[in-house]
Amino acid sequence: MRETAGARHAPVAAATTRGTLPLRAVRDDVTAHPGGAGAVDDGLARRLKALACTAPLHDLDARKSKLDWADAGVYQMAEIALHTIDQVTVAMDFDTGADHEQIVQRLVPFVAAQAPSRPVGEHERVARWVLDNLINVGTVDRGFRHVYGVVADDGTYQRRAFDFKLLVEVATPAGEVYLRASDEAINVLVGALDTDVESAQVAAEVKLENLITRGRLADAKLAAEQARYRTVQYGETLRAMLEATRRDVRAVDWEETIPELLDSALAHIESRFRAENAILRNITAARDEAEDLDHKRHAAELVEIVSDCITRHTQLQARLQAAGATFRAEQDRQEFSGPPRRGGVDLFGQLLVPALDLPVARAVGPVEAYFAAAGGVAVPGCATLPSLVSMLLRPAPERETVVGEVPEPELTPAEQPTRFTAEHAEQADKLVAMQQRPVRLSDLLAQARTIDADLPLLVALRAAHAYGADVGTAVRQGEQAIVLAADDGTPLADERFGGSDLLLATVEVDAAGASHGGPGQRQPRGEHEDQDQESDAVLEEGK
Amino acid sequence: MSGVTDTEAAARLIGFGLRPKQVPARDTAYADLVRKYQADGQFKQLTHAVAAGLGLLVLEVNQQAGAVLAAGEESAFEIKMDNYARQSKIRERRETEKVMHGVIHLATAALAFPRPDDLANDTYIGRVSVEQIDSVVREACRILDERAAQAESNGDPLSDAPELEQAWRVYARRPAAAATKDGRLAPDTTRGMISRALRFLAEQGFLVHISSDRGGTYRTTPRYQIQVRELAADRAFGELLDLDVVAVADDVGTLRADTSETL
Repeated sequence: MRETAGARHAPVAAATTRGTLPLRAVRDDVTAHPGGAGAVDDGLARRLKALACTAPLHDLDARKSKLDWADAGVYQMAEIALHTIDQVTVAMDFDTGADHEQIVQRLVPFVAAQAPSRPVGEHERVARWVLDNLINVGTVDRGFRHVYGVVADDGTYQRRAFDFKLLVEVATPAGEVYLRASDEAINVLVGALDTDVESAQVAAEVKLENLITRGRLADAKLAAEQARYRTVQYGETLRAMLEATRRDVRAVDWEETIPELLDSALAHIESRFRAENAILRNITAARDEAEDLDHKRHAAELVEIVSDCITRHTQLQARLQAAGATFRAEQDRQEFSGPPRRGGVDLFGQLLVPALDLPVARAVGPVEAYFAAAGGVAVPGCATLPSLVSMLLRPAPERETVVGEVPEPELTPAEQPTRFTAEHAEQADKLVAMQQRPVRLSDLLAQARTIDADLPLLVALRAAHAYGADVGTAVRQGEQAIVLAADDGTPLADERFGGSDLLLATVEVDAAGASHGGPGQRQPRGEHEDQDQESDAVLEEGK
Repeated sequence: MSGVTDTEAAARLIGFGLRPKQVPARDTAYADLVRKYQADGQFKQLTHAVAAGLGLLVLEVNQQAGAVLAAGEESAFEIKMDNYARQSKIRERRETEKVMHGVIHLATAALAFPRPDDLANDTYIGRVSVEQIDSVVREACRILDERAAQAESNGDPLSDAPELEQAWRVYARRPAAAATKDGRLAPDTTRGMISRALRFLAEQGFLVHISSDRGGTYRTTPRYQIQVRELAADRAFGELLDLDVVAVADDVGTLRADTSETL
């Protein structure tokens, strides 16, 4: 990379250091001493990051059971997610990707194959859900964050955040939004983490040729697909470079760097063409000669994939060739300017880049100062009674005519108001908990009735809860006492509730005894099973 | 010469300056006042005094831009970042939002006047578009990213000290666009924020809308050049100097695309 003299910045002598120093000091701590002990941790951090990239996919399967609009257990969400990333990656070429609708439409058959009996609407909704989750709709950054730890040079443990995206939404000049797979997603998909693009591609092709000579076409197809993803990835890096150079030609090293770069890229494409054409010939032959129908089909698929690779290389080559002309045109257009007439500030190099390089807390000052000075003046509104009246009487602007149709928002219903007030809960707790000696539920209900008409139901619920009380959890959480209910077979005679007349008591938890089966562990396992049914019985309300 | 009428004229000139879209070329009264300001030294002083009394600073008065004013600190005419950024969602940290907006405004000026020369040249008219600004900032972020990667240090932000995260990471992480149900621009995205900034600057008489190409294309007005050159750039530069961040410029400027090392 060429050094851009203007953009470099160095700390000035200590004379000007002010109260802001501690921040700087912390940052220096973090970034100082490259290599060293950090080198050992690098691999670990890399693997942790690679692992983090798969987390959103696992998360989909973990959360699918919680979907309330479908019983999504039958869908393999991680598979659908990988397929989604595949589809987006394949749709990516130099200019655009696919938009949301196209991807959903391509996903639906795949989703439908997993649960053919389910309605089409549900398949589409599943596809949309997976897509939204891969974009992570609903967060401001539309990405994922994974916190991982590294051991710094001074031996302290630091938690750092790794931000990544799987699918990125990009806008075309026309304002349409389409999808691209991020580098992380392509890496997760291909499974070749932290490897050099070029060498990995060569390796994949060697592997492919090997596989074909041995006749293992199923594996060969996999390798060919991987090679295609690498081709796309390679094209992506080139595209970013070309886009950057087209934006501004002035400082690009036209003498050496760019021609070298283009040459090496063209040489690379040439060798790929040769390799892929050789592979194509071989597989075409293999396809035509193969007796086994399965082999024939695999070979046909391979032919298709390799042809696709070749098409992509052709596109890449066309871009590379056009780059030269773009450079010359831009050079003519941009390079023609005289020496400065007056000393001015280099806004980009002296203000924007240094501001971007500052930590957020320190960047606020400069950018706020800039904004206040560059924003111009605001004329404060002055309300007079006549203007106020006309302002109030003015009809509200019709949003439909200004910004198009206003969508009907989908509102989630407000949460149910709680059945019982906090006061009820407190009173019920008091009633149930203050019993030292075992007491009948019927007595408690009678007491509750004298306090509040609504209270008995809550007391009954508490009693039912105490019946199946999880003593183990109470011991683990270090509770002092727990309310237990026991059933001695007496039926409950009550006008409102049915079931057993439980015996309730507050029992102290003996944490020490619990560890070796002491009095804390009062509930043998066998009893547990029929408890659930019976405790339900308590709640049968006689309406 | 009557002091009272002169004072009234000076105040009227300030009044014209407060309506940023008005230019002397379209208003003879305004043009006369500008001529008077340029010819009459006493009237010039009087105008400055009236402006100072109102908490305003006269940056420049000429026929192209009219009276270009800036609000002093704590003046009633000041536009505060807090008010500008207020509409953003509260759940995001306020400082982060402020930095995002500030960076976008800086980038707008940087792209409008790419070389120091352009800022100094009175006849230069810059052109900016939403798409360009976003790509320029992202490009700067990419360069900083590569620089950080070359330093071979772990640059991932500390999870428990988000305020130490560098501004470029915040910007790079924010999506450029997001699909909305009705196809409108999502306000949280960088393109949404940029088009808001450009609309705001057009409202302030600093930019003129040309077309809707590339997310909205605008050209600069002489007023914007004066505002950035005479005041804003210096203020921000001063703040950066206070933070020990010094950058030396050459005559061609540094807004350029570096070739990527990723290949």
